[in-house]
Amino acid sequence: MDYPFAPPTALEPPAEWERLRAECPVWRVRMASGDEALLLTRYEDVRAMLADPRFTHHLTRPDAAKLADSETGGVFNDPGAAGDMTRGEGHRRWRRMMSRSFTAKRVNEMRPRIEELAHGLVDDMVPPADLTASFGFPLPVFVICELLGVPPEYRDRFSHWSDAMLNLTRYRQDELDTAAREFHEFMAAHVQAKREKPGDDLLSELAVIVDSQDGRMSEAELVMTAQGLLVAGHETTANMIGKMVAMLLADRSRWERLVVDRGLIGSAVEEALRFDANPNFGIPRYVSEQVALGDETIPAGSTVITNIGSANRDACAFADAADMVLDRRPNPHLAFGAGPHSCLGQALARVELQTALAVLLDRLPTLELAVPAAGLRRREGLVVGGLEELPVRW
Amino acid sequence: MKIAVDQDKCCGAGQCAMLVPDVFDQREEDGVVVLLDPAPDDRLLPDVEGAAAVCPAEAIRVER
Repeated sequence: MDYPFAPPTALEPPAEWERLRAECPVWRVRMASGDEALLLTRYEDVRAMLADPRFTHHLTRPDAAKLADSETGGVFNDPGAAGDMTRGEGHRRWRRMMSRSFTAKRVNEMRPRIEELAHGLVDDMVPPADLTASFGFPLPVFVICELLGVPPEYRDRFSHWSDAMLNLTRYRQDELDTAAREFHEFMAAHVQAKREKPGDDLLSELAVIVDSQDGRMSEAELVMTAQGLLVAGHETTANMIGKMVAMLLADRSRWERLVVDRGLIGSAVEEALRFDANPNFGIPRYVSEQVALGDETIPAGSTVITNIGSANRDACAFADAADMVLDRRPNPHLAFGAGPHSCLGQALARVELQTALAVLLDRLPTLELAVPAAGLRRREGLVVGGLEELPVRW
Repeated sequence: MKIAVDQDKCCGAGQCAMLVPDVFDQREEDGVVVLLDPAPDDRLLPDVEGAAAVCPAEAIRVER
């Protein structure tokens, strides 16, 4: 079976998910590269694997499945992506150093600024508009650029570099190599500029840590961290804003309910994250030793893909799993992963999504889709799922 | 209600501090959970149980 599966429409899950959850919780699939991997689709299995250290990040091993059809296999297989800071104790140190910039308190302090940016974007929108291009994409990019201290004028280049990093099918190897080299050169030069003229931003803070040479972070790790944060802050939330609004407008009674009850914004954002039928490619792991999973055995050396979208629709974990329940509480969805590697920027993502939704409800309460929901198109080939465009009017 | 947190497991996601700020906070230097009140009023039970349920690191335990 070829992976990923084709969905019936952009907002609906592939039919395979339900069948695999019911009958084949560990299923062999073929990637774009031709390599095979094992697919997990049940909530319980996906959650357990995401937190289990035997499911490692060692996708650079020669026997690991390549995910992309390029020579290096894409972002997950590239040796440049691996290193001490990506696993075990090294990861823990890195994570704790970074977490201070993404605490609930720190990101809540960013709310007024995010709101201001969102209002500015809505000011420039004229109906009919593509909500993805005019609002969903620029907002998180401005936010992550300000947090890192990177000028947003370079936005178009970031888009290209991050697309090259996250696309599994579109680019040739030489194009990928060029994009990777340019991105690295840009970021290394930018870090150097922060040293000469520090600002009130994360990269300036981290440059001081590197220069203290106390072993907490090396120059190479700093540049990789900056690239990682820029890409992560760029694609994920940006695509999610578009998908969230699309889901709420596809059945407009959802949008109308939020217009009259803003108290639901927090839980509606969580439910949109859970209900997203196109969250990402899946999270790949390399299995270091044989693991028993229910009645199945996963041999050492396997590459496993966890399907988070399927897990989030598992009726064994969520009542009315196939319905979008705007006031669902609690909502232990896996959109941000689980365990020690769960998303570092999740509090920021939540605040961005909540603020984006609140501003749109305030400013454009009559918002509606300008095309039938079934006519929306998915972005193809990306590690992170999204819509090509979201035509709206108001 | 009695609450216990596992600071070793905590991944600093900040959900608990976002949902029940009277009970949970995060250390400023590394985002690790700080339990402000290990035995809060029972009125907060649904919120605290909710925070425990959505903790991505399963680092919060609640005893009724």
